[in-house]
Amino acid sequence: MKLLSAVIKPFKLDEVKDALIELGIQGMTVTEVKGFGRQKGHKETYRGTEYQIEFVPKIKIEIAVPDNLLQSVIETVVRTAKTGSIGDGKIFVSDLQSVIRIRTGETNESAI
Amino acid sequence: MIRRSLHTRLSFFIGTVLWTVLTWTSSVFAQEGETVNTGDTAWILTSSALVLAMTIPGLALFYGGMVRSKNVLSTMMHSFISVCIVSVVWVFWGYTLAFASDVGGLIGALEYLGLSGVGGDPVSGMTIPHAAFMVFQLMFAIITVALISGAIAERMKFSAFAVFAVLWVTFIYAPLAHWVWGGGWLGALGALDFAGGTVVHISSGVAALACALVLGKRHGYGTENMAPHNLPLTVVGASLLWVGWFGFNAGSALAANGIAAGAFVATHVATAAAALSWLAVEWAYRGQPTMLGAASGAVAGLVAITPAAGFVGPVSAVWIGLGAGVLCYLGVFLKNKLGYDDALDVLGIHGVGGTWGAVATGLFASVGGGTGLFFGNPGQVVAQVIGVIATWIFSLIGTFVILKVVDGTVGLRVSKEEEILGLDLSQHRERAYA
Repeated sequence: MKLLSAVIKPFKLDEVKDALIELGIQGMTVTEVKGFGRQKGHKETYRGTEYQIEFVPKIKIEIAVPDNLLQSVIETVVRTAKTGSIGDGKIFVSDLQSVIRIRTGETNESAI
Repeated sequence: MIRRSLHTRLSFFIGTVLWTVLTWTSSVFAQEGETVNTGDTAWILTSSALVLAMTIPGLALFYGGMVRSKNVLSTMMHSFISVCIVSVVWVFWGYTLAFASDVGGLIGALEYLGLSGVGGDPVSGMTIPHAAFMVFQLMFAIITVALISGAIAERMKFSAFAVFAVLWVTFIYAPLAHWVWGGGWLGALGALDFAGGTVVHISSGVAALACALVLGKRHGYGTENMAPHNLPLTVVGASLLWVGWFGFNAGSALAANGIAAGAFVATHVATAAAALSWLAVEWAYRGQPTMLGAASGAVAGLVAITPAAGFVGPVSAVWIGLGAGVLCYLGVFLKNKLGYDDALDVLGIHGVGGTWGAVATGLFASVGGGTGLFFGNPGQVVAQVIGVIATWIFSLIGTFVILKVVDGTVGLRVSKEEEILGLDLSQHRERAYA
């Protein structure tokens, strides 16, 4: 099992979510986050004063996936979240030790 | 204990004597009254409510939106508490110092102490109840004090602001209002100020400069992000200021007549023009027009047309507005150049806009008993400039002294920890957004 964290542009969330549901993904956790990568921030001006805004708003999607689905989930996120311009985000993949469904006590792949 | 009760008895005695004397003088005064005009009275009472709406909720929202989210309540509180404090001061001694019979051209006498005799009868030359005139003037005193709070936002102790408000309205506002409108020396000199360009806007703008200099910069100024936390609040506030300002300017005709209508028109078109010129300069200089720029430009126009409103036609009003948008846009850059932290640009907008408006009144005046330079009376500009300089000097020095007194007694600034925590929590133990 893998835990996949995808940081994407906020307006892409619906597109990514719909494509993942179509793929058979049953759940995800979504968080509003801020950060920067190569895109850096942007400038804002209020009256005479200019501020460099370093942290850009993004959406983070976390999905637990069985190993056999990993590649297709990654491809789906990349395909749907991509605009081609700077700031499209990143996907982080890490090993997932165990998963427990609280209601039933099921574990691992049957709990995903 | 004994000392205190003696003091109480003594003040009670003095109060009673004063009261008797004053009731007598005012009853003499009221005999020369004229008849009350119901239309005029209705308009001035309505205008009074409109001018109150400029401070709360107008200015409270305008300023509240421009600070950081940890300081929005404390900032709105400055406007709200100004209403409360100035109203009570006005009853006891504020009104009489500003508008009672003249003493040496400098200050009002004490016959209206405790609003003695200020009732339903008009004072001579007016067609509205004395009480209506008094409460209309009160609303001006309120907003002048509240305007200053933009300069001290995010760092002044609440207790210090409360004491400052009492002292400032007593020692700066009341004399200035007397000089211009209460029969004092500036009015006698022929300086025109229709609705308070010098009394309200220059005085508060210059007081703001003194505040910014004495209080010093906010912690993190120039390095931390101090962007406005809620510009929609600011836009709603600016819009309410625009609406309320019709009471301020058109109400200053003190009658429901042609001068009021002219002032209404001048106010409206100058404001629109100033918002446009601010946006134009901003667009050219920064690349984008901003909503905050439109709101700021509108307020600059309202400020600048204030002294001129009853004395100029609509085309002159547009010129005054266009000038205000450009000059006040430059005005807000002054603080960056000169290095003081006038947090919400009170000097940049009210000081600069008020000064331009006062001078422009001397240039463009053509109706309502005023004649300016462009209409053949160069002397008017001289009178205007004297009024501007006198107000600048008096407000700057007077405010400076008051701030030093407050600093030496209750202390002006919150501690660094309290400032970083935010004034909402440190001064009021509450939070705007749960």
